[in-house]
Amino acid sequence: MKTPSELRYTEDHEWLRPDGRSARIGITDFAQDQLGDVVFVELPEVGREVKKGEAFGVVESVKSVSDVFAPISGKVLAVNHDLVDKPELVNQDPYGQGWIVEIEFGDEAEVQSLLDAQAYGALQEGGH
Amino acid sequence: MKTIFEEHQPGRGTEYLPSREVDLRAFLPEAEIRSELPLPELSEVQAVRHFTGLSRRNYGVDTGFYPLGSCTMKYNPKINEDTARLPGFAQIHPYQGEATAQGALQLMWELQRDLAEITGMDAVSLQPAAGAHGELTGILIVRAYHELRGDKARTQVIVPDSAHGTNPATAAMAGFEVVHVPSDERGGVDVEALRALTSEKTAALMLTNPNTLGVFDERIAEIAEIIHGQGGLVYYDGANLNAVLGHSRPGDMGFDIVHLNLHKTFSTPHGGGGPGAGPVGVKRHLAEFLPVPVVTQQDGRYHLSYDAPHSIGQMRSFYGNFGVLVRAYTYIRALGPEGLREVADDAVLNANYVLSLIRDHFVLPFDRIPKHEFVVAPPDDLVRGKGVKTLDIAKRLLDFDFHPPTVYFPLIVHEAMMVEPTETETKETLASFAGTLNGIVDEARENPEYVKTAPHQTVVGRLDEARAVKQPKLLERLGG
Amino acid sequence: MRFSPHTADDRRAMLRQIGVDSVEDLFSDLPASVRLERPLNLPQGLSESEVAALLGELAAKDLDMQQYVSFLGGGSYDRYIPSVVGEMLRRSEFYTAYTPYQPEISQGTLQAIFEFQSLIAALTGLDIAQASLYDGATAVAEAAMLAWGQTGRKRIVVARSVDPQYRSVLRTYAHGHGLEVVEVPLRDGRAAADDVATAAADAACVIVQHPNFFGLLEDVDSLVGAAHGAGALYIAVADPISLAVLRTPGAYGADVAVGEGQALGIAPSFGGPYLGFMAVRQEYLRRLPGRIVGETADHEGRRGYVLTFQTREQHIRREKATSNICTNQGLMALAATIYTTLLGPHGLRQAAALSIEGAHLLGDGAQGISGMDMAFTGPYAFEVALRTGAKVGDVQAAMLGAGMLGPLDLERFYPELPGHMLLSVTEKRTAGEIKRLLAVLQGVEA
Repeated sequence: MKTPSELRYTEDHEWLRPDGRSARIGITDFAQDQLGDVVFVELPEVGREVKKGEAFGVVESVKSVSDVFAPISGKVLAVNHDLVDKPELVNQDPYGQGWIVEIEFGDEAEVQSLLDAQAYGALQEGGH
Repeated sequence: MKTIFEEHQPGRGTEYLPSREVDLRAFLPEAEIRSELPLPELSEVQAVRHFTGLSRRNYGVDTGFYPLGSCTMKYNPKINEDTARLPGFAQIHPYQGEATAQGALQLMWELQRDLAEITGMDAVSLQPAAGAHGELTGILIVRAYHELRGDKARTQVIVPDSAHGTNPATAAMAGFEVVHVPSDERGGVDVEALRALTSEKTAALMLTNPNTLGVFDERIAEIAEIIHGQGGLVYYDGANLNAVLGHSRPGDMGFDIVHLNLHKTFSTPHGGGGPGAGPVGVKRHLAEFLPVPVVTQQDGRYHLSYDAPHSIGQMRSFYGNFGVLVRAYTYIRALGPEGLREVADDAVLNANYVLSLIRDHFVLPFDRIPKHEFVVAPPDDLVRGKGVKTLDIAKRLLDFDFHPPTVYFPLIVHEAMMVEPTETETKETLASFAGTLNGIVDEARENPEYVKTAPHQTVVGRLDEARAVKQPKLLERLGG
Repeated sequence: MRFSPHTADDRRAMLRQIGVDSVEDLFSDLPASVRLERPLNLPQGLSESEVAALLGELAAKDLDMQQYVSFLGGGSYDRYIPSVVGEMLRRSEFYTAYTPYQPEISQGTLQAIFEFQSLIAALTGLDIAQASLYDGATAVAEAAMLAWGQTGRKRIVVARSVDPQYRSVLRTYAHGHGLEVVEVPLRDGRAAADDVATAAADAACVIVQHPNFFGLLEDVDSLVGAAHGAGALYIAVADPISLAVLRTPGAYGADVAVGEGQALGIAPSFGGPYLGFMAVRQEYLRRLPGRIVGETADHEGRRGYVLTFQTREQHIRREKATSNICTNQGLMALAATIYTTLLGPHGLRQAAALSIEGAHLLGDGAQGISGMDMAFTGPYAFEVALRTGAKVGDVQAAMLGAGMLGPLDLERFYPELPGHMLLSVTEKRTAGEIKRLLAVLQGVEA
């Protein structure tokens, strides 16, 4: 399983790539592997304000469903429309073309409080 | 096989009705009349061959062994099919007067009484159309009960983590918040956790006993007391009643509400997914909330009573899946009290027998005396070492003409396989199934790829379910 | 009668293999306090011949539609069912199967449901249909829940001309969800667009049956306009036989069509088992309750069918599911598929046309009877709502005396309609039977 060192992670198996005041968010390699073939991604509306921990999207495989939780508070700047026709991008390239949403965040500290690659790697080892 | 749309030839068809010409414009505005009707046209022989062909691509209890856990796929007696089709039952109208349907009403009244006796309840409604529908009925009764008492703060329904998916879905449909209680290391409800979760917010606990692991919760009386002590109600999911028929009754265990699955315990056929029937029984203090109408008896005459001001209302059209009720009634009359108790005896005997024959080849997450079903998982060296999963073993069983057990349920057991043989199978069938299962485990060690690509003998192989969602084709139209 | 095959020797051998002495040992973990220490208080078991005789006696107490000519309808119809339907339904590979969880050995059930979905879509003129629901009433309730989920609005508007059974069940379901149900009053037996427009403000949906419970055609175009104008979904309730001849819900702009499928080859059976159906526009696919079957292929490219979009359902989404429904009415959907295939477009139209012709023969005749009149004005089909100067109970008694079943007393469901009754005509009713009925009605009024 890949766990790129430049990203931040959550215990819900999501990743976050900060870029200035905004960040792209997706699910991790581990998460996509657990889900199996992703067949549908429900995306939030652009402009929606979300609070940290709020469910704002859904990733579905044939036989399981997983909510996407906001890892930080902020406003939805963009969503990955490619996933509408090609949900399999989440499996094929979870950290690249399989990104799900982009959020503009207000609180830098929230980003800093997320797991780093090492801590997330340890979490996976623990078998979660 | 072709579909009926692919079989279509314009101009085919058989005359089932008088062919007299009717000009609809004499009766209806022309603008309201449909001009096209794109339905297939087949000759009768084509249609018969088509549906016979489909039936041959199906597997039922009459085809072979069907140990689908939690579903109680017992033999469906053929006499039940005959009685349900008697003109006095099949050819009667729900709106014909009570006086002209006394036989049907008597049957329903007696069935209400018999199911009350079997479950230890005081009153029964036959209206719910299926198990999940019975659950919804039961949970709406919970709601009505608390509402009438002005007990508005009860917003939570407690459900074990081993529960059927319908339990939380039902509680949510009735507007309740679902609270999950974990299982303990013996597979029962974690009683201390339950105590901590129960409060004045608790509306009810939903439970099946024996539970989905097939084990009887010995602390059931204590569990009921905890809920009752906080003013909540205890709900029995009757999916597993087959295990304790005539031995123990939900009413005596402390349950207030019960739903039954006549298509499981009482031998009515599953029909490829319905129709079933899910009667609901309650203790006396909840009888006033049952759906209307209930069948009553006075001076040997039977009536449909709507006189119930606190009833939750009506759950479906008319009085229930009457045709299913006739089958269950026939079954209960045929077996009688001893026969029903023997059902549980043999259902439990058969489950234990199969388990004894395969226990060396599988992992037992909870090593207890199971009741009518049990849960095992494939050994770790197969799952982790060879990548052979429960699904693969299930698919390989198809090649040997067995229906696989329920897989990946309950959710709390990794790679679960849930086996429910039922009471109607012979010792030889059970032994043959066990031998096949063991053989597949051995085979998977030698030749994992062959098991992982099973089935090899069926009319189609594993189907691409991801494609079915990503490129949905949910119907066919005439002319493509 | 017992269906357990074990001999005493079998049981002994099995117990030995398990390692216990008796079957009772397998129940040793049942605490004494919850054990039943007496036999169940039920009649003793019977042999097959005895049980057949017992059920025969019970059935003989009912007056059935083979002996009596039925003019009852109102949601359950005595229609002609070709012999093939019963013959095919007794193929036990169909009826002794469970929900098709193992598609490789369930292609029969799965393809039949796929064909059923296709037929319902063709009849309703909508994009997608699901695999069936319990009955027409619960289909209406499930459609209202769909509209609530879609719009987030908590008011359900239903025309009072919708089947009273359906409205009753809708109220039960709505109460469970904390939804408000508002009824649109009768105007000459129908819903009026003005009333609908007022009621539909901030409503999730408007539910209208067409032809309605009284057999009357509703002014669907203006009702759809009123519903959509208020941002509410339009839910059409339709009898499948009527859909063979009438403009479809899809054509007149409905978002959802639901109905009772009993008319498609299912026996009246005192009210069940029946068959609910639901079809929707494409955009509501993920809000559909219950099972859906889709076409796909295996790795060799062989076509096959599977249960699909399962993540909507209770066994995966649990408390977030679109509904708690799991079973559908599989065998009833099969009956409807076989029936519709046999009759084909011509047979289905003929069933509708003969029924409508018969209803008008009855309606025209009844209007000629002094003291009796049509209850409402305007076009009607299948059902005939009449106003009588006599007591409806007397009409029922007179019909029974003449070997007929009917009518339905409308006051039972509509207190505002005393002295009103509903008679129904299907293609099975001959001109001779209808004339006999008219003579009976004439006799009661005289």
